[in-house]
Amino acid sequence: MLTIEQLNEYRDKTRDLIKLRHHKLQPELDCGYKYQVLVCGGTGCTSSGSKKILEVLNEEIKNQGLENDVKIVRTGCFGLCSLGPIMIVYPEGAFYSNVTVEEIPRIVKEHLKEGSPVKEMLYEQTVCEDGSIKALDETDFYKKQVRVALRNCGVIDPENIEEYMGTNGYQALAKVLTTMTPEEVIDEITKSGLRGRGGGGFPTGRKWAFARASQSDQKYVCCNADEGDPGAFMDRSILEGDPHTVLEAMAIAGYAIGANQGYIYVRAEYPVAVERLKIAIKQAEEYGVLGDGIFGTDFSFRVGLRLGAGAFVCGEETALMTSIEGHRGEPRPRPPFPAIKGLFEKPTILNNVETYANICRIILKGADWFASMGTEKSKGTKVFALGGKITNVGLVEVPMGTTLREIVEEIGGGVPNGKKFKAAQTGGPSGGCIPAEHIDVPIDYDNLIALGSMMGSGGLIVMDEDTCMVDIAKFFLDFTVDESCGKCVSCRVGTKRLHELVTKITEGRGTPEDIEKIKELSKYMKSTALCALGQTAANPVISTMNYFEDEYKAHVEEKVCPSRVCKKLLKFEIIEDKCKGCTLCARNCPAGAISGTVKNPHKIDTDKCIKCGVCMDNCKFGAIIKK
Amino acid sequence: MYKKPAVSFKGTEEQANELRSFIAQAKQERGALMPVLQKAQEIYGYLPIEVQTIVADELEVPLSEVYGVATFYSQFSLNPKGEHRISVCLGTACYVKGADKILEALEEKLGIKCGECTEDGRFSIDSCRCVGACGLAPVMMIDEDVYGRLTVDMLDDILKKYM
Repeated sequence: MLTIEQLNEYRDKTRDLIKLRHHKLQPELDCGYKYQVLVCGGTGCTSSGSKKILEVLNEEIKNQGLENDVKIVRTGCFGLCSLGPIMIVYPEGAFYSNVTVEEIPRIVKEHLKEGSPVKEMLYEQTVCEDGSIKALDETDFYKKQVRVALRNCGVIDPENIEEYMGTNGYQALAKVLTTMTPEEVIDEITKSGLRGRGGGGFPTGRKWAFARASQSDQKYVCCNADEGDPGAFMDRSILEGDPHTVLEAMAIAGYAIGANQGYIYVRAEYPVAVERLKIAIKQAEEYGVLGDGIFGTDFSFRVGLRLGAGAFVCGEETALMTSIEGHRGEPRPRPPFPAIKGLFEKPTILNNVETYANICRIILKGADWFASMGTEKSKGTKVFALGGKITNVGLVEVPMGTTLREIVEEIGGGVPNGKKFKAAQTGGPSGGCIPAEHIDVPIDYDNLIALGSMMGSGGLIVMDEDTCMVDIAKFFLDFTVDESCGKCVSCRVGTKRLHELVTKITEGRGTPEDIEKIKELSKYMKSTALCALGQTAANPVISTMNYFEDEYKAHVEEKVCPSRVCKKLLKFEIIEDKCKGCTLCARNCPAGAISGTVKNPHKIDTDKCIKCGVCMDNCKFGAIIKK
Repeated sequence: MYKKPAVSFKGTEEQANELRSFIAQAKQERGALMPVLQKAQEIYGYLPIEVQTIVADELEVPLSEVYGVATFYSQFSLNPKGEHRISVCLGTACYVKGADKILEALEEKLGIKCGECTEDGRFSIDSCRCVGACGLAPVMMIDEDVYGRLTVDMLDDILKKYM
């Protein structure tokens, strides 16, 4: 058993070490090392080679005899995935981006041994004109961010519980168990205004109060880590970078509703997150912050891990519970709500990873502090996975109410290659698009719904002028057709018919009646589907139709795809004046559709053309255009 | 409808024993079917009817229920996979950056469709939804290796490594 005194000892032991990982020189602190090197071990950076970098770094430090001066820490995600692999050296806070294995020896020798950072390898935004190093917090990407849920990601070693304790880890659980009643915990969460971060935005405190009020010999606390929304990876980053905060929050929830067992349902496609969770659960049990009689009280809590097997519908709460029970993950009608009858027919609460990541901070810093951030009805911060046609791809956490313009243009660095911002997609397959004309809207739950989209889990995909909105609608329908579980007719058949109608339009066979049919079918699906997947499946179509009516019209009436994406509507042509008759296109055409003689302009036979674009890629004179 | 895979089942007694002993342990917990199928797929690489039968017998649940679960989740496969498994991410971030063209090019190069396995059993292609490396889009995985910022020109060199 761990006592609170022992917990405090652990905290004091690692506190300075972690405080020094801050972009501020703090000469009064001493952690025993001259340098701390933080290497990102998130999935993004691991994919771009950070594992190899760690190996070489370790080796090189040994070769130079610096083992006692330098501490190497593998952390979770820093957020700026597009610059990976990423490495930060403290105390200076020198931010090395796109690090390669070849660069390591020089960094070790010049920076870690001789004390001068290798400036030309640093992220250019962190080097001032006079050559001094600017704090990462002051760069465009981080300046406007407020990190609550992501506070420990990229700061601590997620596989070391003592480092988590050094950031006041498990202090919130200690406070709750020794000084608060369950009702007080629920009140605090309710007062904070925290709403579910998984998509729906239901008030977390109210959810807990319902489950508290249910009478039962057994209750459960579940964590939804089945992040299935394609293009969203915020939950994964939290699990990889700070798994203990989720465990601690689940234990607090257990105390609040009267449950002693928790389950985390995590995607099997996230092997790094699964591994870190396993390590975290094991360590938490060894140190006694999970298990029987935590901190000498009579409260016991354990957490089990369940792996999802690739079914998007399992993000729906009743389907997720059915899946944990070992069945096909199909949803069931509500009521009864899970707070009354959930997992194994017992009262259950289910919250998403990011929601849990806020809990400990609310307990320690108070509901008022949390409620001071955000808008009237959406409090706190939100993590977005910024992706698509944007310069700084990565994870950002901003106060609710930040405008889309701030996120895209300031934090995200705008649309690359001089293209124009067209729309941002939020809410994944259940959401919609926010077009350029609404770029100044403050983002919160209610504003997004008013615009016909939704918060969803926080995927934010940026699209530029080269993206066809009809094609994107079809892309999301591809997804929902695949992922519809098939239990209710309106989703199983409805998604399929919608997909057929939209495909017809992208292939130039659409008629004005098809548009009306889509609208009508969408209405029926919304009111009759069993779960949110089917009820919202038409959103991407309806939303793009609302904002980009002209594009649909162009496809239907003129049989043209204005963004030149829809293959069947494309026409490749050779501009006679530009063609030098080099024959390269004709030789590369897989369909033999190009004819012409040397040094004379060539011609494309549109009947034979399969629209693969190989000719255009090969032409050295820019003589081939798509129409 | 159940269609027998073209490749005949080559499971060994050792594999069956490993699965049986895992089941004996997992059986204690409620909702054991999913973890058991995940383990079975780890052992055999896929879930042919022979393996599903072992699971059904040992867990004492109807074969129909095992089949129902095995066909519901996209992670489970009733067909054997290639020696090297190619998985092209078709998540939104990869899609807007042209992942569909990567998939098309792969299908053409290997002469198989997504979801199939080459005749020599060397490669199989699948699509997946977001591996979470959106910063590197478009992305594909071959076995455990992730390849990012792909262009069609890079594919030949990458495939060569696995030939």
